[in-house]
Amino acid sequence: MKEVDEAVQEILTEIFSTALVASALRLGTPLILATVGEIYAQRSGVLNLGVEGMMIVGALVGFIGVNITGNPWMGILLAALCGGAMSLIHAFLSITTRSDQVISGFALSIFGIGVTSYIGKKWIGMAAEAGFYPIYIRGLSDLPIVGPILFSQNVLVYLAFFIVAVSSWILFKTRIGLIIRAVGENPEAADILGVNVYLTRYLCVFFGGIMAGIAGAYLSLAYTRQWVELMTAGRGWIAIALVIFGMWNPVWSFAGSLFFGVIDSFQLRLQAVGIGIPYNLLMMMPYVLTILALSSISTTALAKKIGAPTALLTPYVRGEKT
Amino acid sequence: MQRLRLRLVERPSPSLYLKLLISASSVLLALLLGAVFLVTSGVNPLMAYGKLFLGAFGSRFGLIETVVKATPLMLAGLGVALAFRCSFFNIGAEGQLYMGAFAATWAAYAFSELDAAFLLPFMLLLGFLGGGFWGMIPGVLKVKLRVNEIITTLMMNYIAILWVTHMLVGPWMYEGFPWSPIITEAARLPNLAGSRLHVGIFFALIAAVLIYLMLMKTRLGYEIRVVGANIKAARYAGISIFKTIIPAVIISGGLAGIAGMVQVSAIHYRIMPGLSPGYGYTAVVVALLGKLHPIGVIASSIFFGGLLVGADMMQRAVGIPVALVNIIESLVLLLIVAGEFLIRYRVSFERGG
Repeated sequence: MKEVDEAVQEILTEIFSTALVASALRLGTPLILATVGEIYAQRSGVLNLGVEGMMIVGALVGFIGVNITGNPWMGILLAALCGGAMSLIHAFLSITTRSDQVISGFALSIFGIGVTSYIGKKWIGMAAEAGFYPIYIRGLSDLPIVGPILFSQNVLVYLAFFIVAVSSWILFKTRIGLIIRAVGENPEAADILGVNVYLTRYLCVFFGGIMAGIAGAYLSLAYTRQWVELMTAGRGWIAIALVIFGMWNPVWSFAGSLFFGVIDSFQLRLQAVGIGIPYNLLMMMPYVLTILALSSISTTALAKKIGAPTALLTPYVRGEKT
Repeated sequence: MQRLRLRLVERPSPSLYLKLLISASSVLLALLLGAVFLVTSGVNPLMAYGKLFLGAFGSRFGLIETVVKATPLMLAGLGVALAFRCSFFNIGAEGQLYMGAFAATWAAYAFSELDAAFLLPFMLLLGFLGGGFWGMIPGVLKVKLRVNEIITTLMMNYIAILWVTHMLVGPWMYEGFPWSPIITEAARLPNLAGSRLHVGIFFALIAAVLIYLMLMKTRLGYEIRVVGANIKAARYAGISIFKTIIPAVIISGGLAGIAGMVQVSAIHYRIMPGLSPGYGYTAVVVALLGKLHPIGVIASSIFFGGLLVGADMMQRAVGIPVALVNIIESLVLLLIVAGEFLIRYRVSFERGG
């Protein structure tokens, strides 16, 4: 019995280690990047279901960009531009032509998956020429516990921290944030006060596309450093769930994405340790958890009356309401 | 300075002719935009589309394959259309198809000693129940807890495919391959005309008629349409949202489940990865291009069935990846969405400040 106990102990310490938390941050980063962008789009009143498609395009374009230019930042830039360009299609359809946002976003997701497997074939199995690697800070990285968790990540993880802080500050503490929230809650009133509702929405959706593109490039340049078909594996959809789970607040969504990061890396670790639960069943965890998280939050959100922005999914029609 | 301003006037009742015109031009324009991808791949688009069209409709073999591929699309597409009719965005047909296939395959193994006359209806029922159960979960979550069904149905796709993969590399693994053992003769749907054509197409056509009758002639169908048109008005009229949406999503998922059963029982004779090359997702496009109407779904499923067959031929002939179909699908969707705008509004420009 003693031997069994020791073996269990060993497995547990292997799983619940600083490495778990460190990799949770790494795995949570693409989620939070995409989620912050989607929060802005939804706060302005536009639901963008194209995140999955923009992420997968970002992943491929980032990878190709790096292999052509050799500069990882060029990869990020190109991925951001492509994600942004796709989001403008969505913005045009949902804002200007007042079309169905659900279908338009879904179509862009299919488009992203189709176009990347059409173009991406010849990049499969190659290693990225350059990418984002964990940094080493003399002194700090060697600290126990916080060293591997906080001071040995790649630059994009720190960028994500920064973006969460700034985007949250802008959204809740500045005039720009006030305008965005007003456009999403009551566009008629915002219009009367001189806000350009259409422009605000365009910019928010565009920002969402940029962030989704970067999130995708993170996967192919910092996480795996190679291109794999369908490599986003539903992360774009989970990001949309995280928007709801975080009640349209970047900070709460950040906590949610870390939680998903923990589950993801926990699941990977269980696989590595070989605890006897089949691989495919472990892989279900993030998806099952998404459903559970949404189910739990929807009841509490209702109780607290914190819901979606009032004008979400409603196209704004200027001057027809008098 | 004078500049042009967009002027939109709502059309009171757009004509059927206009709707058909917009749908047809969406498809044509999508093919035209798809040609851009062919050109960048260094292929003459006229030649490629020629191969595609001839591959799908130019021979007896092609026509049969088109119907074979249209069958699961029609079944799942009818299901998606029904759910969309009551404003339930079921994009989980892929998972529902796999769960239907799983349940039907289980029945084929568990009751392999039964006669075909009993076993096949039983497999059909289980296929329906497997998919229906998978559709019911997001339905209940939506109605009871207001959980967004778009996310849950998608997550359920991933879970279903992982579940089936688990069975194929675990309990059902056969001779070291990730596919299940072959089902018995009694569990196979009859083929027609000595070809791959099978009676599943009749299931799909009968389903189309039944869905049409249900929508137009029954109380449930009426309530589904009211809930879809205006959920607040439906509540006000005393319609139970639960009793409307839940049966609708069970039937919706069930039809996708039958699509899965048909693929197992008439095509592959086993459950395997790639049982569906994204039929469940294409079904969404099928339903929307068919304007959520059973007749429209029949027509658009044959179109997309042909596109899949033709793209296969095109891949073999000129090396164009089949993923071109996904691109065309998404373009069709985007153009339909944009076309709705032209259906709803009369667009003109006027000079204004």
